[in-house]
Amino acid sequence: MTLALNQEQTMLQQSARDLLSRRAPVKHLRALRDGGANMGYSREMWAEMSTMGWPAMTIPEKFGGLDFGYTGLGLVLQETGRSLTPCPLLSSAMMAAAALSYGGTDEQKSALLPGIASGETVATLAFDEHAQHRPAQVAAVAERTSDGFCLNGQKRFVLDGAMADQLIVSARTDQQTSDGKMPRGGEISLFLVPAFTAGLGITPCQALDTHVLAHVSLQNVRLPFTALLGAEGGGLAILEHALDAGRIGQCAELLGLALEAFERSIAYLKERKQFGVPIGSFQALQHRAASLFGELELCKSLVLNALQRLDSNDREIAATASMTKVKLVETASKVTAEAIQWHGGIGMTDEFDIGFFYKRARILETLLGDRYFHLDRFARQHGY
Amino acid sequence: MTELEDFRAAARTWLENKCPTGMRSPLQTEADLCWGGRHFRFQSPDQETWLRNMAAKGWTAPDWPREYGGGGLDQAHLKVLQEEMQHIGARPPLYSFGLSMIGPALLKYGSEKLKQQHLPPIVRGEIRWAQGYSEPNAGSDLASLQARLEGRGDHYVLNGSKIWTSYGDLGDWMFCLVRSDSEGAKHAGISLVLFDMTTPGVSTRPIRLISGKSPFTETFFDHARVEKDQVVGELNSGWTVAKYLLTHEREMIGGAGLRPTGEEPLGRIAARVLGLESGQLANPMLRGDIARLEIDSEALGLTMQRARDEVKAGASLGATSSVFKYLGTEINMRRQELLMAIHGLQSVDWSGPDSEDGRLPRAWLRSRGNSIEGGTSEIQLNIIAKHILGLPG
Repeated sequence: MTLALNQEQTMLQQSARDLLSRRAPVKHLRALRDGGANMGYSREMWAEMSTMGWPAMTIPEKFGGLDFGYTGLGLVLQETGRSLTPCPLLSSAMMAAAALSYGGTDEQKSALLPGIASGETVATLAFDEHAQHRPAQVAAVAERTSDGFCLNGQKRFVLDGAMADQLIVSARTDQQTSDGKMPRGGEISLFLVPAFTAGLGITPCQALDTHVLAHVSLQNVRLPFTALLGAEGGGLAILEHALDAGRIGQCAELLGLALEAFERSIAYLKERKQFGVPIGSFQALQHRAASLFGELELCKSLVLNALQRLDSNDREIAATASMTKVKLVETASKVTAEAIQWHGGIGMTDEFDIGFFYKRARILETLLGDRYFHLDRFARQHGY
Repeated sequence: MTELEDFRAAARTWLENKCPTGMRSPLQTEADLCWGGRHFRFQSPDQETWLRNMAAKGWTAPDWPREYGGGGLDQAHLKVLQEEMQHIGARPPLYSFGLSMIGPALLKYGSEKLKQQHLPPIVRGEIRWAQGYSEPNAGSDLASLQARLEGRGDHYVLNGSKIWTSYGDLGDWMFCLVRSDSEGAKHAGISLVLFDMTTPGVSTRPIRLISGKSPFTETFFDHARVEKDQVVGELNSGWTVAKYLLTHEREMIGGAGLRPTGEEPLGRIAARVLGLESGQLANPMLRGDIARLEIDSEALGLTMQRARDEVKAGASLGATSSVFKYLGTEINMRRQELLMAIHGLQSVDWSGPDSEDGRLPRAWLRSRGNSIEGGTSEIQLNIIAKHILGLPG
């Protein structure tokens, strides 16, 4: 494996950057927030991104995709990270598509993947039930009925949940054998739940940077047997696979936004003058900038490595995903916090863009497990 | 089979036959390294056989041209060889400043005569090289060095001193930065010269470090003779060569941040020494720090690989070596701190029967030098800030 991009990938990244910097720069995010009735992203922009083929990137050709791989989608996510463009690439094209590809039957794939690939269908995973990310701890239940399943419970902070056409919901299918303990793994199943199913309640929740999450309640949601994704009780492995793809996708976004915030801040250090000289001539700032540059170099390698491992179906993807997320989160939060500090007072203003990067980094850290979750998971994966 | 696969198969067979079993275990300490040179005492017959076998094949310097004794391998073949050596856990047959530093500089800047004279003995491990860079008054400000080179008809004489010469007392030849012109800009009057350490007027004195060991010497020059044809590159252009050399040195030092070949991962050492409680390291605070260190160390390895892949695709290493030097040494220092913490009181045992001659505390103390030698961390940050980020002076 060569840790470098090929020409096709470089061109893809460049075309993504061109489109996004032209059509959806940070002021696009600002306009969404200030425009009222914000549902998280712009349907027009999403349609435009879809015509570029971005949601089709990881989906096999036989299901309407481009089969261009996770590395390609990761490069696009890096660019949406740079421009902070809100869109369901991560939730739908990265995670939901991964769950379907990994765990779905051919019928389920044929039914859903072409829509996801074209961008017409937005699908998202609903798994968290509490403020802490604990995908293996599930209280929502799916009871077997004569003609399928009946789901009850609630899901919290579902990414792009308010705009999704299709949810993939985790629920316990072991209630008959439950001894009151929280099940861990083997008893969790995944279900395909169309957004307009009776009994499904969706409440939007705007996150701190304009992205919209959703709380989902399930009250006697009745589903046919064909709604089961993967084997009954086999949902956690599929979920973990999709979550790891999502975490690595997040890392690509974090890399993009950290690089953008860093580059903007370096430019500011060169232009802002105090004491009659550019503040970038002060060694106190130079050393901090240089040290962050080194950390960002590590991040670039980690992200490319993780994307390539996703593409090669690496069996140890869990450790790779957690390693990458820890480093990307720690670096992106450091870089974006320093970006505010170096900008001084203006960095604290809403009018100036730099604070948006800090906010986005925080959301990406919190969703799908923060640094502490992944440090713990990384250590566990390595047997200590 | 492709040509590369043929090469892999041939290399595997050859290594299987030619690498003695004693050379297929991880290096325990620096003392296990084969440095070569006139006075080197081989640790074992296996070590000597391994060096001879590899040198005969040119594989002590696998990517150097064959005409100078090297293996003539391109990057793809080199990688295959490295993988095959790793496959059987083969130790490096030779470790020397000749291979890692002056050799590459001679290949790039040396005259044909210098290449013919010096490269083959480096490949064979016959000559051990010492580096003469820092002086008592020229540390971070290296370009202010004062060791004086003066013309005396058909030769030069050298006066002055160097400090922090790695294994100066064991070196056979020295590559040395000297002041050959004291007029004009300080960078412009520096030359890189080569001389035999047995030349009359050259003497060394060991420097004892806080680790109790003396891996460095001071080196003194009292009217020492230097031949005219032993200048690398043009006279007074030594700074360019020196910077190139430092690039290699820094990348090499940066390798300290990687887990040493054959050594257990830190997490596994900790699990063995401290034990687990319900599947987790018994010390939860230490556990987090170890995980962070392992992540950084792996990220550094990936970044070095990425840099090599990018160099292959035509990029130049340049100031990036400062990134590796800075990150690698800081990571190794953290690693040494964590090893001390993992081993508790055992880590302060300097000379007890279980201490392996104070291996842990001496390595920990030695590592403080990592962020000083080869240009301090602060100098590396200056280089990154100015030459990569373009921040104003």
